[in-house]
Amino acid sequence: MAGQGRADPRPLSPHVQIWKWHWTMAGSIFHRVSGVGLYGGAFLIGAWLIALATGPEAYAFVETIAFSLPGQILLFLWSMAVLYHFANGLRHLIWDGPMVGFSPGLASLWTMFNFAFAIIGAAAIWSLASFY
Amino acid sequence: MTTSAKTIRGLGSAGTGTQHHIRQRVTALALLFLVPWFLYSIIHACKAGYEGALIWVAQPVNAILLILTLCAALYHMRLGMQVVIEDYIAKSGTRQALLILNTFVVFALAAATILSVLKIWFTAGA
Repeated sequence: MAGQGRADPRPLSPHVQIWKWHWTMAGSIFHRVSGVGLYGGAFLIGAWLIALATGPEAYAFVETIAFSLPGQILLFLWSMAVLYHFANGLRHLIWDGPMVGFSPGLASLWTMFNFAFAIIGAAAIWSLASFY
Repeated sequence: MTTSAKTIRGLGSAGTGTQHHIRQRVTALALLFLVPWFLYSIIHACKAGYEGALIWVAQPVNAILLILTLCAALYHMRLGMQVVIEDYIAKSGTRQALLILNTFVVFALAAATILSVLKIWFTAGA
């Protein structure tokens, strides 16, 4: 841990090229990807709240960006990341707690469900939000 | 890839992983309840425009739940980003700098957003 400014000599995790792609692997990778994405998303929520506290002009500015096409695409991806990270996070909690769903078949099936949940859930939320 | 025993002997574990793990799970547990509420609420608040959003945040229950959501989410993402940095950044100086930056960013966001909620609560709610 001493800061000699050189690479840590300890071994790294097995690298991506030497693994065959499978569902639980994709699920794990996307858990991290969505987590990093949500880190960025926190700045969007922050911008919205700070603008709301600042005043109507600032809020109108944030609204313009949020309702633009790039803004809407970004928010859709954000909602998908929330739902995926939520569903897969719940799976992690169940793995850590009652420890069910560990068998390869069920684990893969569960991962597929999480992806489907994120995509269908985000689409459902956005169509509900825009229709009423 | 093999690592000779002499390069790992004596390093041991960092010794603080359990606390990190538990905090990650406890914040996740809180977010399990807070995130569905947050998603539902933020859509309604956003659709209500500036005035409607102010009224929504100014309600005590919403302000409190919003602050709890912010605290749990920001703490959770700080822990998560810490692990990402530790996994991918091997260079000691860069790693330390990014870990500190991660902490600064999260606390800055927490201060700015929580103050915003309180300001709306105290001004629009009165």
